[in-house]
Amino acid sequence: MGRYVIRRLLQMIPVFIGSTFLIFFMVYALGDPVAALFGDKAPDPATAARIRHDLYLDQPLWKQYLHYMGQIFQGDFGTAFNGQKVTELLAAAYPVTLRLTLVAIVIELIVGVTLGVVSGLRRGRAVDSSVLILTLIVISVPTFVTGYVLQFLFGVKWDVIRPTVSPDAPFGELILPGIVLALVSLAYVTRLTRTSIAENVRADYVRTAVAKGLPRRRVITRHLLRNSLIPVITFIGTDIGSLMGGAIVTEKIFNIHGVGYQIYQGILRNNAPTVVGFVTILVIVFLLANLLVDLLYAVLDPRIRYA
Amino acid sequence: MTSMEIKTGSAPSSRSGGDDSGALLDVRDLHVEFHTRDGVVKAVNGVNYNVSSGETLAVLGESGSGKSVTAQAIMGIVDMPPGKIPQGEILFRGQDMLKMSNEERRKIRGSKIAMIFQDALSSLNPVLSVGYQLGEMFRVHEGMSRKQAKAKAVELMERVKIPAAKDRVNDFPHQFSGGMRQRIMIAMALALEPDLIIADEPTTALDVTVQAQVMDLLAELQQEYNMGLILITHDLGVVADVADKIAVMYAGRIVETAPVHELYKRPAHPYTRGLLDSIPRLDQKGQELYAIKGLPPNLLHVPSGCPFNPRCPKAQDICRTEVPPLVPVTEQDGTDLPGRGSACHFWEETIHG
Repeated sequence: MGRYVIRRLLQMIPVFIGSTFLIFFMVYALGDPVAALFGDKAPDPATAARIRHDLYLDQPLWKQYLHYMGQIFQGDFGTAFNGQKVTELLAAAYPVTLRLTLVAIVIELIVGVTLGVVSGLRRGRAVDSSVLILTLIVISVPTFVTGYVLQFLFGVKWDVIRPTVSPDAPFGELILPGIVLALVSLAYVTRLTRTSIAENVRADYVRTAVAKGLPRRRVITRHLLRNSLIPVITFIGTDIGSLMGGAIVTEKIFNIHGVGYQIYQGILRNNAPTVVGFVTILVIVFLLANLLVDLLYAVLDPRIRYA
Repeated sequence: MTSMEIKTGSAPSSRSGGDDSGALLDVRDLHVEFHTRDGVVKAVNGVNYNVSSGETLAVLGESGSGKSVTAQAIMGIVDMPPGKIPQGEILFRGQDMLKMSNEERRKIRGSKIAMIFQDALSSLNPVLSVGYQLGEMFRVHEGMSRKQAKAKAVELMERVKIPAAKDRVNDFPHQFSGGMRQRIMIAMALALEPDLIIADEPTTALDVTVQAQVMDLLAELQQEYNMGLILITHDLGVVADVADKIAVMYAGRIVETAPVHELYKRPAHPYTRGLLDSIPRLDQKGQELYAIKGLPPNLLHVPSGCPFNPRCPKAQDICRTEVPPLVPVTEQDGTDLPGRGSACHFWEETIHG
């Protein structure tokens, strides 16, 4: 197991280098960051040249990249256009997104798995069909529609919650955005669990568990669910990765100052240091989340052993 | 009711039903059918058999003859729906289990009647340690703690002769060999010392030497605990060694019953004769092996009359119209042959001819 983890961590290095270089390349290829810095006004050529020199922008791209990487490993992600350190932005945005992710994942797991188990055990009956139709609707409706509709209904019309989230983003205010964010994944979790349960319920070991005289509840939770959740966990794991990447649409709708919001602003203003800094961290989060899923596999299924 | 009982046990009037008075398990006129999209599959059509403590009944038949479904109906693990038991009784110690509540039946499963399944690899839960799966019996039925249950699990594994049981109790099913896994299945069935064990082709997935070991172990443990055993198999060799009596099934019916050695000596049904003739024999080396022609009937459309008639070398007109009841088989002079019965219109010619 230890060797496997080390090998995987080493494999991350080329992936990390490759993906960050691509991001770096694309962001800088998009436009002149110095021009973007001055907004609509045209910069004084001498000032522009000085800024270019200060920011290493007069160097070839590969040198810029190496320099940037060197700085990152010293903990310096550069400075955003408004003079804020990117690290500060990261420190402010990540806890918010983390909380939002947590709310979304908990909802996905509890509601998704429960619905999946119920419909999987009653395959082909009314409950199953209605759950299937419901998930189909949820999958088909884009997030910005559900987001705005729920925000309008709960926040404006019925006045149950605040329509937008305050800057501290406490858990209470993140519940509705969490639901909106979870909805699509929740539908997938439900369907995945349902299929898995419906397949495993006919398995021989479930029959054995029944023949042992175990109560139905125990058969389902200990024997059936444990086996059926393996694919679901994989999905949830990768979903954590993508949710941590910030939900640009959801965060925008509810004015949550998380990762997605920052990236959105960064892209909008061609604010290269912010975008590259955030996406670099995202790459790491994604890689780690994937490793975690693979390790979790071995915990859930003893037949999988990593040498 | 034209069919007869295999062995008329004394009427189960007393509820306590001591081990020796009357049958432990008495299946009466059991029907099981499955309602599928293509129609009603009649898997079991009026099966009667009984088992007493310490006795081994072998149920013999091809795939799809209803032997496993009968066993599952006894265990109460037939999926309903699509399964349905339209008529019949399953008396366990004189009480009809089909009339019991689900909770009452659950308490019998595993503790009073246990089942050994065919393929131990798929029948054991792949993600739980064998110690956990064995211990679960004690934890659920006897309320033991996790620790006590594990100690009991080790004891059980030693009981079925698994080497280094203590070290292996936390291993997972895939880490055991096929024979060892089947021993674990046996240990699990044996855990609460049930009165009756149903073994559904316990040795089919094993190689021949291991088959013998597993069967010997099963027979030994059965003797020791004085359990009733229903052995479901299609292996006539296995049956000869351990069974006391045999019920041969075909298309969801019992076509012949007999004490084990009598069946081999003088079969009273053409189907049984066909089965016996298709055993490879050393003295017929080099000759073509006999096979019963045709295929087992589709249970959606069981042939009218005797279900075996399309494959029977002796079939007459009556066989195509009338279902033969299971009638007592006697000697030519009319003396009783206890425990023998045949569901063939021409049983007399078959056994004596």
